[in-house]
Amino acid sequence: MNRENAPFATSNIRVHPSLTRGFSVAPGLLLTGLALVALAAFMLSLAVGSVRIPLEEIVAVLLGGDASKQAWATIVLKFRLPKALTAMLAGAALSVSGLQMQTLFRNPLAGPFVLGISSGASLGVALTVLLAGVAVGLGGSTTLLAGISLAGDTSLALSAIIGSGLVLLLVMSVARKVQSGMTLLILGLMFGYTTSALVSVLIYFSVVERIQAYISWTFGSFGGVTWRQLQVMAPAIIIGLAGGHLLMKPLNALLLGETYALSLGLNVRRVRLGIIGSSAILAGVVTAFCGPIGFLGIAVPHLCRSLLHTSDHRLLLPAVSFLGATLALGADIVAGLPGSQLTLPLNAVTALLGAPVVIWVILRQRNLRQAFAG
Amino acid sequence: MKNETVLRTKDLSIGYRRARRAPVVIASDLSFSLRPGELVCLLGPNGAGKSTLMRTLARLQPPLSGQIWLDDRPLDSLRPGQLARRLSIVLTDRVDVGAMSGYGLVSLGRHPYTGWTGTLTEQDQEIVAWALQAVRARDLADRYTVEMSDGERQKVLIARALAQQPRVMLLDEPTAFLDLPRRVEVMDLLRQLASENSQAVLLSTHDLDLALRNADRLWLLSAEGELFDGAPEDLILNGAFERVFSAEGVTFDRERGSFHTRQEACGRLRLEGDGVAAFWTRRALERIGYAVEKEGENGDTASYTPVLPPPQSATGTVSVRLQDDGFIYNLEMEGRADAFATLNALTTYLRRGGAGGETDAQVDEDLYARR
Repeated sequence: MNRENAPFATSNIRVHPSLTRGFSVAPGLLLTGLALVALAAFMLSLAVGSVRIPLEEIVAVLLGGDASKQAWATIVLKFRLPKALTAMLAGAALSVSGLQMQTLFRNPLAGPFVLGISSGASLGVALTVLLAGVAVGLGGSTTLLAGISLAGDTSLALSAIIGSGLVLLLVMSVARKVQSGMTLLILGLMFGYTTSALVSVLIYFSVVERIQAYISWTFGSFGGVTWRQLQVMAPAIIIGLAGGHLLMKPLNALLLGETYALSLGLNVRRVRLGIIGSSAILAGVVTAFCGPIGFLGIAVPHLCRSLLHTSDHRLLLPAVSFLGATLALGADIVAGLPGSQLTLPLNAVTALLGAPVVIWVILRQRNLRQAFAG
Repeated sequence: MKNETVLRTKDLSIGYRRARRAPVVIASDLSFSLRPGELVCLLGPNGAGKSTLMRTLARLQPPLSGQIWLDDRPLDSLRPGQLARRLSIVLTDRVDVGAMSGYGLVSLGRHPYTGWTGTLTEQDQEIVAWALQAVRARDLADRYTVEMSDGERQKVLIARALAQQPRVMLLDEPTAFLDLPRRVEVMDLLRQLASENSQAVLLSTHDLDLALRNADRLWLLSAEGELFDGAPEDLILNGAFERVFSAEGVTFDRERGSFHTRQEACGRLRLEGDGVAAFWTRRALERIGYAVEKEGENGDTASYTPVLPPPQSATGTVSVRLQDDGFIYNLEMEGRADAFATLNALTTYLRRGGAGGETDAQVDEDLYARR
């Protein structure tokens, strides 16, 4: 057939009807697929570890039944289930937070920690862990060191919460005043430098054991979160995720930049506060309980954009939640080195596995801008 | 006809406030109005405050003093959503929305009308399709914006502004990055949109010629903050252009509505010939600094505006006529006659000082090369 005579000569144009009409079958299917993959990763992370437990036993335990070995039930319920739930929540939280920051600042390099949330948490933890060490290092008695419960889970989490919470308040109060998002980005950056300088001073004067405890916190881990802590962490993250999803429409408007968003009737300052607030809660809570987990928050939004060929947040927000959960679970499984008694630092795994994937995805893109909403 | 206005200002003062110092006033005492269905072009030298005026009218920055009414309501009394349903903008900033189709971009214009998820109703979808159709960009609906040319993206951005169904559209230099045919197209489109939808369209531009041809009215904003408001022709005749754009070494040519650099005429030539060829021959001769007089069709000698008084009598005659498959330009000057195949050859010859130069061979070569 003569192409010239075709009524609509658009056949040579790459058409993505899915992305033009909002939700339709294809993205719906993709989201379901992503959710299923996340579920599979969740089950897998319960099954593998230093002890291999058959899947049907895990299902039985999860459904409230008994495993054929009592130890298996204990392992699943006491260790693996809270860890898997933590990984899932943390992965989703960091990815949504990263997406929000990338869109708000129109910057592909932005991530959950650009506003200094993790720096604040680090400073909080460093103060708790290292200050006592400084006292020791400057001539205090070693019995003092034993007196403080070293790296006590709750005190670490608490100091991280206080640290990131204070930064959150600071950022929010600045965000209410400044005109441009770029100012905030630079302030966050400067704040990061300041805190890491303070942390290095603390490290310099501290004792080795304390430094080690601090550094192992910076490696990140999903394993340290207890059921009791999850009772705080899970609701906070779910609230943050819900808040993030409520902002899908303003986020789409912000793709055009703040001026256009304003002209579309958006209350940019209020929306910015909402985005920063939910994003900071997500990043802050995760950092408080799991340490500063890098990479996921920056990488997952990029992966989703190129997977779904869209920058529509109505699709991206659920997609990054699912993919973030999946990748966090995956990283945790790999870090556990199944079949061995060893574990790797989580942050090393996320970056080692993630960076090549992102590089591959981005190089594959014909047009770089398509991968970045930047 | 009812003298209705959609946008009106009174004693408006625009500029920037500064902390602990006096504000920078860019223009003051501006009182003007926009009527539905008209296309108004805002012209002015760089730095006169065209963008500031646009931003102030769009409530992107507050006025220093004075009032603005939109639809007979004070601009600052409108809620953000109400404003967005009455006024839309197209900015010069490059829009980078990532992986988004033309349709997706235009549908962002429905934001003031949609619910919290931004999902389009059937009516919204119709309006988006209509907006794309209105800018003749239906085929861009399924293309990624990153893959579009500047002209295509500009059309989609105009469609996005249209999808807001505004009473007033403000466009900041919508033709700035476009090639000439695209400029003509976009300007023509905006004029049609204004009259078909009874919208008021205000656009800023540096494109004098297009503005003169398309605008219902012009606003000239001078560097001193004066605003001249009137039909393009009025502003040409009353000298507003000279006042706004007066600059050292540049003059405004009232007869042709364009600016020229001031230069000493280096001679006076008579021009014989008709039509398009004569028109462009005159342009070429003027470009290299000759004052040109032409035998008018009715027999009068119409003297084209000399920039500075030239020598009183013509020093030569150029005639242009059709020969074979092209034009041939004959020059009679200082007692000799030469023929040229192109205006390039003619102007090169004249620039090198006319007869006696060593360019004759080159000229002949050009002439023969074309035959």
